[in-house]
Amino acid sequence: MATLELSNVTKQFGPTIAVNKVSLSVGDGELVCLLGPSGSGKSTVLRMIGGFATPSSGAVLIDGEDVTKVPPERRPTGMVFQSHALWSHMSVFGNIAFGLKLRRLPREEIARKVEAVLDLVGLAGYGKRRPHQLSGGQQQRVALARSLVLEPKILLLDEPFASLDQHLRERLREEVRDIQQRVGITTLFVTHGQDEALALADRIVIMRDGKVEQVDPPDIVYRAPRTPFVAGFIGTMNLIDGTVSGGRLDAGGLVVEAPIADGPATLAVRPEFLTLEASDAAGAPVAHRVTDYGTHLIVDIDLPGGERVKAMAPVAEGWKAGQKLTLRPEQIAVYRDGAAIYRSAADQQQASVVNG
Amino acid sequence: MATMSPRKTDVTGIAFSVVLTVLIIFPLLVVCTWAFADVWRFPNVIPQQFGLRYWHDTLARADVWSALWISIRLSVTVTLLSAAICLPAAYAFARLEFPFRNLLFFSFLAAHAFPKFGLLVAIAAIFLQLHLIGTFWGVVLIQLVGTLLFMIWIPVAAFQSVDRRMEEAARDVGAKPWRVFWSITLPQAGPTIAAAVLLSFVGTFYETEGAWLIGAPRISTTPVLMISFINNQPVIQYGAVLSMILWIPSVVALIFARRVIGSGAFARGFGA
Repeated sequence: MATLELSNVTKQFGPTIAVNKVSLSVGDGELVCLLGPSGSGKSTVLRMIGGFATPSSGAVLIDGEDVTKVPPERRPTGMVFQSHALWSHMSVFGNIAFGLKLRRLPREEIARKVEAVLDLVGLAGYGKRRPHQLSGGQQQRVALARSLVLEPKILLLDEPFASLDQHLRERLREEVRDIQQRVGITTLFVTHGQDEALALADRIVIMRDGKVEQVDPPDIVYRAPRTPFVAGFIGTMNLIDGTVSGGRLDAGGLVVEAPIADGPATLAVRPEFLTLEASDAAGAPVAHRVTDYGTHLIVDIDLPGGERVKAMAPVAEGWKAGQKLTLRPEQIAVYRDGAAIYRSAADQQQASVVNG
Repeated sequence: MATMSPRKTDVTGIAFSVVLTVLIIFPLLVVCTWAFADVWRFPNVIPQQFGLRYWHDTLARADVWSALWISIRLSVTVTLLSAAICLPAAYAFARLEFPFRNLLFFSFLAAHAFPKFGLLVAIAAIFLQLHLIGTFWGVVLIQLVGTLLFMIWIPVAAFQSVDRRMEEAARDVGAKPWRVFWSITLPQAGPTIAAAVLLSFVGTFYETEGAWLIGAPRISTTPVLMISFINNQPVIQYGAVLSMILWIPSVVALIFARRVIGSGAFARGFGA
């Protein structure tokens, strides 16, 4: 098993900086997700680790050894591509055995290893099939098996489930997590799906415009996002601009205690931390739309200041569009100049004041 | 509820098909009949006597076997040389960026963009200076010009259609660039390239203008010999028999194309 170290890695394509001084340490057996919107540089980072792109500056170290200039065929990494990239002119066996044949292993050992890895990914007996005879999920498992059979030090997964349907994606990501934990392989997983990152990762690296915004375990990223971008990117977050004055933040009519210096600030509160009560006060927030998701309601609420926020409520509360409401934020964060400057403790109830 | 309208007979389509079939099949039938006609005199619609007399006579001629041997050697040599020169060039056009790439790429059309005979005469004038007129290698060179279009344009499309991720996946599992080309790129592009090679072989085998202008009088290919039979011999059957012999490579090539390459490769080769 292995560790991975990125040290100030930068990649420039002409005048465009795709990756900007990214540094990251990945521990032995850890599964780290690179998460970010399209164009954030996450796939470029993965390609630089795999050797398919050379950093403009910085270094890539695997087990302490600098592999920055090492070509992909000599790197101890295994990559699984979004498009599966299976070789259609070879059977499943041929695809998986190709790398073993290049290593000139005895034929019996190749057969044994291929069978073992097919068994690991749940495709025992599929060796003779051609890639086009497999479903999308099976093809992705073959791609995974092709990488795993070579026992790479680092496994790289580049949005491997992006082309699969939601149901299959959920099932496969659980399987991948199981396999990764069983094998104990250090893994980097690129995705733009936050649910995938939250479900899989030991740590999540949030990227934006080629830079790292935050590196933390999923629960921290979700509960304590360091920047408004991370707060808005992971899960649903109500971000409302306002002003702090005398220890109180007024954000679009939603007023909360915020013991920080006066000035502009952004209030962040998750829908599940906004509890609702009926109100008959003049100028109170109004439910604009109520969507029933079966397990809960999502209520879109118009604040007196014109902002619209989302609140999650139990189905039993039965809110209807047009109802006047009082909003009670239970956990909040306040951002100023792109950084969190105040966060209420999880059990610390905020006094809620609603305009009117 | 939707109802299916009864299928109408497409009279125009049928008529068009019949006319097209007759236009293609009829001349072939006439040639075929002449090849097996020992006696066929005007005004009879069918020969008075069928037989293999002219096949024996034709195949007994030394110049026929010599021409066949030259044609086969020429086609194989031109196809191999063309593949050796054009395939790496096609790969470079498909995968590499270099100055004047597009200009060079379109220059391969030039040989087909002008009246061919004029171009051949101009080349013949140069070949005369180089003492290549009437030589095997002179004909090889002139035939190479004709294959450039097939052997550059079609393989470029083939290489461009190979998924780069497949090649990267091969490098990822340990294959060096040459091995990636041999084991992944070539097999993926193979059927389409085979179509180009086939077109090149058949095109060279049947080419007459260049072979005649550069090869005459010492190098006589089978199609050139056939034309001389048709023009100079009072007996039509010699030309007919030679025509039928000339069908063999194209029939074999077409069977090969359908079985091994698949019809889709030709379409892909032209960017479909």
